[in-house]
Amino acid sequence: MLAALIIVFREVFEAGLIIGIVLAVTGSVPHRDRWIGGGVLAGAVAACVVAAFAGALSQLFAGMGQELFNAAILAIAVMMLTWHNVWMARHGREIAGEMRAVGKAVADGTKPLLALAVVVGVAVLREGSEVALFLYGVAASDGGSALSLAVGGLIGLALGAGVCLLTYFGLMRIPPRALFATTTVLITLLAAGMAAQAVAFLERANWLMALDAVVWDSGWLLSEKSIAGRTMHTLIGYTDQPTQMQLLVYAAVLLLTFMLMRLSASQPANRAVAAS
Amino acid sequence: MSAVLTMRKLTLAAACAIATFAVSPSIAQQATDIQLTYSKGQFQPSEVRAPADKPVTFRIKNLDAKAMEFESKSLRVEKVVAANSEGLVNVRALKPGRYEFYDDFNEKARGALVVQ
Repeated sequence: MLAALIIVFREVFEAGLIIGIVLAVTGSVPHRDRWIGGGVLAGAVAACVVAAFAGALSQLFAGMGQELFNAAILAIAVMMLTWHNVWMARHGREIAGEMRAVGKAVADGTKPLLALAVVVGVAVLREGSEVALFLYGVAASDGGSALSLAVGGLIGLALGAGVCLLTYFGLMRIPPRALFATTTVLITLLAAGMAAQAVAFLERANWLMALDAVVWDSGWLLSEKSIAGRTMHTLIGYTDQPTQMQLLVYAAVLLLTFMLMRLSASQPANRAVAAS
Repeated sequence: MSAVLTMRKLTLAAACAIATFAVSPSIAQQATDIQLTYSKGQFQPSEVRAPADKPVTFRIKNLDAKAMEFESKSLRVEKVVAANSEGLVNVRALKPGRYEFYDDFNEKARGALVVQ
């Protein structure tokens, strides 16, 4: 039972952190529960589908289907997170500010919600498919221990939900003014980390061979498998043995986000001046 | 059907992402093939050998009715192999040494790759 608990918790943990952050990011947006809930549900359904066809999926692309699928959905999540940041740089102030054009902001507000719902869905899909595979294996095996394993799995799932709530309420303690800046930084690091993870999958698939030398090994300091390591892995993309390409892509995403946000933040300011 | 379609789209997205990252399609060195069988919660054989400075490809045949996750910290790999199917794991050229691997879903199942 404990083994099942640990395995499920380990997988759900990352999704829990991400959902917690997304909930905090969308704190004041109306209908956000519907969107985020939809993302979780869609992710869970997709996870079961992926788990059911896991064997077929791995056979694609000369046995590298799983890796490429992971890289692709991570790339989508990176794009969604970056786009969200850029959108918020342009409209965030309007929304956070007073009643000004609230109706319009609410209508527009569904766009970043869709992006974040996709991010949540991807997180649940990635972690959930492994949980589904594991639990399916448990159910398929001997009946006697299956119940206790299922109970362990459920407790693991509940603990994952706890991580999500803890992250959310932790972030909500930050004063609203600072929250926006904090979540922007969090989302940017999340995106960069996911991009670096996508690179790792492409490297494993042998699709990306350039600059694949490991730059350092900080496993002695903070193992990626420890709970602290896993937290940092999700939050900032910490890897104890990063390759050159991973670091390069990580830095590139940070730089690109920064530049795009600067660019789009300056645009509406000009327009607002011209309008008034 | 639609899952396949979605996956094609996703693949396309991946391909685009790769194109942006500028791949160097260097001709991969001839990899050493290593066959592993996983059955009744055990790796067969539990110790395998490979020459140094050459890439390695693991072919893991999971004969059990449960999924397993082939994982190794020192080899920097983790891969879920579904029940009754085969998984491929690529590893870059390695320095001589002993590299342990295990099933992340069942840590009693352990094995090692000895690189010489």
